[in-house]
Amino acid sequence: MSTYVIKNARILGGDPADILVRDGAIAEIGPDLDAAGAQVVDATGLVALPGLVDLHTHLREPGREDAETVESGTRAAAMGGYTAVHAMANTDPVADTAGVVEQVWRLGREAGYCDVQPVGAVTRGIAGEQLAELGAMADSAARVRVFSDDGHCVSDAVIMRRALEYVKAFDGVVAQHAQEPRLTEGAQMNEGEMSAALGMRGWPAVAEEAIIARDVLLAQHVGSRLHICHVSTAGSVEIIRWAKSKGCPVTAEVTPHHLLLNDTRAGSYDPVFKVNPPLRTADDVTALRHALADGTIDCVATDHAPHPVEAKETEWAVAAMGMIGLETALSVVQEAMVDTDLLDWAGVADRMSAAPARIGRLSGQGRPLEAGSPANITLYDPSPRRAVDPTAMASKSRNTPFAGLELPGRVVATFLRGRPTVLEGKLQ
Amino acid sequence: MKRHLISAADLTKDDALLILDTAEELDRISGRSIKKLPTLRGRTVVNLFFEDSTRTRISFEAAAKRLSADVINFSAKGSSVSKGESLKDTALTLEAMGADGVVIRHSASGAPHRLANWVQGSVVNAGDGTHEHPTQALLDAFTMRRRLGGLEGRKVTIVGDVLHSRVARSNVLLLDTLGAEVTVVAPPTLLPVAIDTWPCEVSYDLDAVLPKSDVVMMLRVQHERMNASYFPTVREYSRRYGLDVARMNVLPEHAIVMHPGPMNRGVEIAAEVADSVRSTIVEQVANGVSARMAVLYLLLGGSEPAIGKEVSE
Repeated sequence: MSTYVIKNARILGGDPADILVRDGAIAEIGPDLDAAGAQVVDATGLVALPGLVDLHTHLREPGREDAETVESGTRAAAMGGYTAVHAMANTDPVADTAGVVEQVWRLGREAGYCDVQPVGAVTRGIAGEQLAELGAMADSAARVRVFSDDGHCVSDAVIMRRALEYVKAFDGVVAQHAQEPRLTEGAQMNEGEMSAALGMRGWPAVAEEAIIARDVLLAQHVGSRLHICHVSTAGSVEIIRWAKSKGCPVTAEVTPHHLLLNDTRAGSYDPVFKVNPPLRTADDVTALRHALADGTIDCVATDHAPHPVEAKETEWAVAAMGMIGLETALSVVQEAMVDTDLLDWAGVADRMSAAPARIGRLSGQGRPLEAGSPANITLYDPSPRRAVDPTAMASKSRNTPFAGLELPGRVVATFLRGRPTVLEGKLQ
Repeated sequence: MKRHLISAADLTKDDALLILDTAEELDRISGRSIKKLPTLRGRTVVNLFFEDSTRTRISFEAAAKRLSADVINFSAKGSSVSKGESLKDTALTLEAMGADGVVIRHSASGAPHRLANWVQGSVVNAGDGTHEHPTQALLDAFTMRRRLGGLEGRKVTIVGDVLHSRVARSNVLLLDTLGAEVTVVAPPTLLPVAIDTWPCEVSYDLDAVLPKSDVVMMLRVQHERMNASYFPTVREYSRRYGLDVARMNVLPEHAIVMHPGPMNRGVEIAAEVADSVRSTIVEQVANGVSARMAVLYLLLGGSEPAIGKEVSE
């Protein structure tokens, strides 16, 4: 395996230093490092971050390989600076058995662009009725620790309670897609001024908040870890803040798109802005940013949701929900959090690498950039601004809500255990 | 005036008055034995109806034909659309046939917005989902103006399922533009949560509002609302929000009663009220042709928008 010297990298945005990478690990950090035969990577002006970890990625394989495959999705992840992604369970067939999670895990290893950690379904077929074989998935080669019916809410309180209790046996966590189903039947977008004007069925904030409130109480009651997927409302933030203040073992994530976009985007009726949970109001965006800054929300997770063109080039009501995000996440976080002085680069490293790795129990990811850590490193140039170009993306799908938007920053290199998956902005 | 008519909010006050004045002129030919003008000769108007609505379709068809346009009726049933063809492919087909104007009716809110991205011609919204129905608002304004004179300061009460009503949305916007004072009356379940952001007053009490109304417009209660707990029973709805003779009698002498049709007689409106001299329901149908003629004339009347200073989108 090659040896690399990364020269003059600003580690977590600090003063320039060199990073010596050898045998898949960080061998040394310091000034003026050199090693015989080492390849030199000039990182002058670049910020070095621990390789990013995504808790919430839809890779679509098996079943919807027209939208994304494990290979194309992990290429997109590498281009976005990620060294690990959690592959969501709502594939076809659903990842609700050891067989399917092992298949996804193996495809990830074969592709080699980043670690693919499968998420297991909580219930069989994500139907919300019977627990899937959670223990079998935990014990499989894929070592599943995160369980989620994402796309669907585990709305039955008893099933949710049982799942929370059951995963304690292997230190698992249930990641809840908080959406009260009856309150959101046929819902198209955030319920408020925009939905009233646009004549679209509203998706009330309370449908998310009511489930979160119930689940933090359940988690507290049974003493289990609970993770809340894609928090989208100011009210949800308040409930999570309250729960944490009571010692509830809850963690939460926010997506890049909920940190930047609001429901006025629906005014175009362009379904590229249709997503679950929906884009909310500008006040919600502000609350989410502050919650991520103060740690009420633990991490950023992309909810990368690829869809083929024909699923979005339609009337809003029939379009698929979701947007891709792996290749723009870091730029969006810079725009929403760093350039607004809400978070420094150390904070970004925590929210996009260390915290999600901790929640997902990935031992080899999200480690500090120091000697002895696995060499999972992202080199990022925060200075250029560019218009987002969907056609230039590595993802198979093009449904980015940021198309044409000018965003800062560019991932220059990604190292996965000492091997570059991206160098000079290009996939290796 | 914009190139398309998708929302009543697309119209400035000057645009709206120009359409109403033009409709007034065009209405005169409806009284002639030969009801035809050569204005849109050689132009093609497509009626693209994804939802059954015979009355709106024939109104647009009559309007286009009286202006000598070629009319193609494209209804979703029995066409490639029912076999799964996308709106985009339908739009590209129309584009290839050279449609100058597309009149679209669709069950999805925003479908006309989407269509406007894919065709060159002017798009006229003939009702999209629970969003808008701007030509209905224009014909309603036309009818009010004829009966009452100007609309400035007139008090218009819109009663019923405002939440799901495209007629209500377009009327609130257009009437506000034209200077009327609108009050919407409904059970709270049938009002949008953000109704306070609309340019209108809100009341839950029909009896309190009627004595000061110049116009009362009753909205149709859709059957699918009746079993979805928006109100306990049809009879209770009718008692609290239906316009019966006793309620009609507390209206001011000059006040008119409107309904966009089709009516549920005995639910939102009593038969005696629908057939009374105050009722403009049949006039509204006739006026619809004139209002739609004015819209088509102004949008398609020349190589440039007939009244537009600029083509904007």
